Amino acid sequence: MSEQKVALVTGASRGIGRAIAEKLAADGFTVVGTATSESGAEAITSYLQAVGNAGCGMALDVGSDDSVEAVLKAVSERFGAPLVLVNNAGITRDNILMRMKADEWSDVINTNLNALYRVSKACLRGMTKARWGRIVNITSVVGSMGNMGQSNYAATKAGAEGFSRALARELGSRSVTVNSVAPGFIDTDMTRELSDEQRALMLGQIPLGRLGEPEEIAALVGFLCSDVAGYITGETLHINGGMYMA
Amino acid sequence: MSSIEERVKKIVAEQLGVKEEEVQTEASFVEDLGADSLDTVELVMALEEEFETEIPDEEAEKITTVKLAIDYINDNLA
Repeated sequence: MSEQKVALVTGASRGIGRAIAEKLAADGFTVVGTATSESGAEAITSYLQAVGNAGCGMALDVGSDDSVEAVLKAVSERFGAPLVLVNNAGITRDNILMRMKADEWSDVINTNLNALYRVSKACLRGMTKARWGRIVNITSVVGSMGNMGQSNYAATKAGAEGFSRALARELGSRSVTVNSVAPGFIDTDMTRELSDEQRALMLGQIPLGRLGEPEEIAALVGFLCSDVAGYITGETLHINGGMYMA
Repeated sequence: MSSIEERVKKIVAEQLGVKEEEVQTEASFVEDLGADSLDTVELVMALEEEFETEIPDEEAEKITTVKLAIDYINDNLA
């Protein structure tokens, strides 16, 4: 078991993050999933234990330098340095820009974008040393298309894709790949907040005529984290039922 | 136990994939030994491990030659 690679998935208590954590567990990684609360972390531990995974949940605030440092230290000591990192934790604070408060802007930037700096940087030492690593940043179709009321969120998601491309160039010589996965509308708590009207409007724009499932995103992330995906880097993979074709 | 100079040179040779005899004391990692920016970071990581210390980023950036590495270790650890 000690030969198993460690995968760190942020925002893994529910939705897409949970599906990714479960997929990576099924693919043989020791998975550490993070949640903002202790109860969320415990829930992650239970679902990982249920499938016999050696990993666990940990409480992490990706918006805090101290929290990231402490959790990465704990992960490395307990399981070893993560060689797979899935930056999935993210929030929305929707508002049209003319009404957007400074904290609605900065909270989203801090959690969705600044966290990439913190968490990714903390994982690079282990990956470069191992001469193998996978970083997958979960972005959004909104980063490419834009969306009313989501200027903050869209900025972070487009930013994450640029970050991935730059980091892919920095780490290529160490066989560390960095990619973005940009989901469209997926059936999660985040999209359940939408009104019926918004939902109907959205479905009309999706050739496949349905929301995506978290497991469909997880399957793609699992592939990118596998050995056979080692020649894909700096790429943004869209998975959105056809609503946006790059 | 080998001297600090020998240990530093051995690590430089290993990290940068060059022969130990090429690692002259005055050699610059980038200009003489062909290191790129990532190599220099990894070199500092390897020195930290060898000498069981942590080299702060602002100090690490100044370590650009074999001699500066040896001096740093001597000044901070010996």
